[in-house]
Amino acid sequence: MSKMITITINGRDYKVEPNQTIMQAADKLGFKIPRLCYHPKLSIEGACRVCIVEVEGQRNFIASCSFPVSDGMKIKTNTHALRRARRDIVELIIDNHPMDCHTCDRDGNCELQRLAASMGIRARHFVGERKRYAEDLSSVAVIRNPEKCILCGRCVRMCSEIQQVHNLTQAHRGFKTVVMPAYDLPMAESVCTACGQCINVCPTAAFLEKNHTQELFEQLNNPDVVKVAQFAPSVRAAIGEAFGLPVGQNMEGQLVAALRKLGFDYVFDTQFGADLTIMEEANEFLERLQNKGTLPMITSCSSAWMKCLEQFYPDLIDNVSTCKSPMSMLGAMIKTYFAEKMGIDPKKIFSTAAMCCTAKKYEAQRPELMFDGMRGVDISVTTREIAWMIKSAGIDFVNIQPEKADEPLGLSSGAGAIFGATGGVMEAAIRTAYELYTGQTLVDIEVDAVRGLKGVKEGSLTMDGQEIRVAVAHGLGNACKLLEIVRQDPQRYHFIEIMGCPGGCIGGGGQPYAGVNAIPLDDEALKKRAQALYDLDRGKTIRRSHDNPDVQKLYKEFLQHPLSSVSHKYLHTHYQAKLPKGIIPKEAKRNEVTL
Amino acid sequence: MTELAQDKMTTLREFMAEVRQKDYSESYLIAVLHKAQELFGYVPRQVMDEVAEILQIPTAHIWGVATFYHYFNLEPIGRHTISVCMGTACYVKGAKQILDVLKSELGVEVGKTTDDMLFTLQEARCLGACGIAPVMMIDDKIYGELDAKKTVDIINQYRKADSESRKV
Repeated sequence: MSKMITITINGRDYKVEPNQTIMQAADKLGFKIPRLCYHPKLSIEGACRVCIVEVEGQRNFIASCSFPVSDGMKIKTNTHALRRARRDIVELIIDNHPMDCHTCDRDGNCELQRLAASMGIRARHFVGERKRYAEDLSSVAVIRNPEKCILCGRCVRMCSEIQQVHNLTQAHRGFKTVVMPAYDLPMAESVCTACGQCINVCPTAAFLEKNHTQELFEQLNNPDVVKVAQFAPSVRAAIGEAFGLPVGQNMEGQLVAALRKLGFDYVFDTQFGADLTIMEEANEFLERLQNKGTLPMITSCSSAWMKCLEQFYPDLIDNVSTCKSPMSMLGAMIKTYFAEKMGIDPKKIFSTAAMCCTAKKYEAQRPELMFDGMRGVDISVTTREIAWMIKSAGIDFVNIQPEKADEPLGLSSGAGAIFGATGGVMEAAIRTAYELYTGQTLVDIEVDAVRGLKGVKEGSLTMDGQEIRVAVAHGLGNACKLLEIVRQDPQRYHFIEIMGCPGGCIGGGGQPYAGVNAIPLDDEALKKRAQALYDLDRGKTIRRSHDNPDVQKLYKEFLQHPLSSVSHKYLHTHYQAKLPKGIIPKEAKRNEVTL
Repeated sequence: MTELAQDKMTTLREFMAEVRQKDYSESYLIAVLHKAQELFGYVPRQVMDEVAEILQIPTAHIWGVATFYHYFNLEPIGRHTISVCMGTACYVKGAKQILDVLKSELGVEVGKTTDDMLFTLQEARCLGACGIAPVMMIDDKIYGELDAKKTVDIINQYRKADSESRKV
C-alpha cells in the first residue's frame, strides 16, 4: 500500500490514499459531491463543471472529478460561493433544456431533475434562446432527441469506450454542438447496434427506446387476437427495481401474474426458448467439432452482437451459430407448435416479448427470422416499458400472488435461467454438450471459470480426452478484444460466447433506470441481478436443458430431433454483411488482453 | 467520380500511404483532411469514408473533427471564397452592413455558395487588418475600408473577370 496522505475536507483532517481524484476520496469519506458528466466506468470528461470544489491556493473552483488529491490539500465542498456557482451552472443547463418534465419519458427518473431539486432551483433566472432540434425516430429500437441532450458526453464515451461501436460523436461546436452519428445519418442508417447502452447512461431523455406500449395496449384490447407473452430471464431479475424493491429480487411469479392481469391469454417463458437454443446450439457445436466445421463457433443469442457482427466482423459470419435467439425460437414455436396444438390460426396470435433489451426490437422485425410469412415476435418491449404498463394498469405488482407460466412452453431448466448472465449460455451449453458427447453425467455443473464480471474469461474442459477451450466476452468492447485474438489465432478456442451488453442481458439496454444515488451499470448491481439467476438455477431440480421434459416432448411431437429439417426451418437462420461498415480504431486493438 | 476526381483521390491515397508509415497515424487526421480540402475544395463524404477505411478511424470521429473546425467545408465551394471579417474593429465600423449587402447581392446566406458556383460567402474572426476596417478577404486578397458601393463594385469585378475567362 502506498503511503497515506492527509487532506482536509470542510475543516476536518482525513488520511486518504494518494493517486486518486478529490471526488474519489470524498466519495469514500461520505461526501457525495454533485456530478453529472462523470461515470466511474468511463473516461473523465470534466465537461459539466457541476462537481466543482474549493481548494485552498487555487484561483478558481476545481472540477473534483479530474483533480488529484495531494498531501496537505485543503478542500471545501459546500461553501456559499460554491453552492451559488453550482446552482448557476445547473440553471444554465436547464435554460437550454425544454421545460417539459411532466410530459417527459424520464419524469421522476431524470438525473438533471434530481440535480436541480438538490440545488434548490425553484425558479428560472436565465431565460434566453434555446436549442431546437427534431427527434430522430428512424430506428425501430433507439430514438435520439438532441433537444433533451445536455452534452455530458456519457453516451459518446459509452458507445466508444465500453462498446467500441463509435457510432456517436459531438459534432459541430459551442452552442451548436449536437450528439449524432457520422454525417448526421439517421440512427437507422448508422452503425448503431441498438444495444441501448446510451439510454442506460443518459442522465436525461436524449436517448430512449422506441416506445411500443400504446400499440401493445391496443392489441391487449383487441378481441380478435390471441395474446401470447414471453419474458426473458433478466427481466425477472431486474423488474423489481422499477417498483422500488432492492436490486437482485427474482420476480418471476409476480411477473407471470401481472402479465395475465394485463390481458395476456398465455404467458410463456423465454427460458424455455433458452433450453431449446441449447439443444440446437450444443448439437451444432458437436457437429462442427466432429465434422471439422468452422471453429471457433460463436453464440448468436445477443441481437446487438448480431448487428455488430454484420457491420463490424463480416469475416466471422461463418463462425457464428446459425441458431436464432431464445426469443425468436420461442416466437416460432408459439406460432407453429403451440398454434397447431391448440387449433389456433397462427395469424391470429399476437406474440409479445418482454425483454431486458432494446436490440430485440430490431431483431423482432428482421426479415431473416421470418417463417411461413410470419414474424415469431410481433412486439418486443423492454423491462422499463412492461414495468410502466403494469403501473399504468394499476396492478399491485409487489403484493401480487405469484403464478406459474403456461404449458407447453413455460417450463425451464436452471440452464435456461442463467442465460441472462455473462457466461450463462456457455455454461448451459457445456452442461448439455458434455453429456451428449461423452454419454456421461457432468458432476460439477457450475462452471466458475465463465462466471463473474471479468471482461474476457476463458476456460477449458476435457471431453473424452479432447480438450475444449472456451472463451466468454460481455460488452462489445470486450468482444472486440477477444475477436481480435480469434482473427490472429483461429485455433485458440473451440467455442465462444459473446453478449452485447456489460454483464450480459442483466445489464441490457432495456433494464430499469438506476434509482436515486445508484450508478447505471454499477458492478455490484449487476452481480446481484446475476446472483438472482444463479439462485434460480440452484433452486431447480432440472438444471440441464436436455432434461427439460417439455423440450423433450416438443422434439417428439414436432421438431423430431435437434438440427432436423423442421428445426432448420424454424429455429435457424443466416446473417449477411451489412453497410455502413463499422470501423474499430487501432488503439482499441492495441490494448493487449491479458488472460 | 469523374476522371479528374479520381486523380485527386489517387493523390490523397498516396498522402495517406505516407501517413500510415508513421507511429500513431490516426493523429494525422487533420493533416489528411487539410490535404483533401486542398485537392477537392471541400471534404466530400465519399472521401471521409475512404479516410476512415485507410486510417482505421471511425467515421463518427472524422465527422466530429470535420464539423468542429470552421475551416473545413463539407459542401462544394465556389470558385472564390469571400470572408467578411466580423472581428471587433470591423464590426464597429459596419461589418454587419457589408455582410448584409453581400447576402442580398449574392442571394445566399453565410456558409452557402451561389448557384453559379462563383462565390462562397463566409464570416471570419479578426483578419488582422483592423487599421483598414471594415475588411473582407476574397480568396487570399484583402479589401479594406469597405462601404456598400465599394463592396458591390469589387464583386462585379470578379464577375466580369470570370465571364471573360470563360469566353477564352
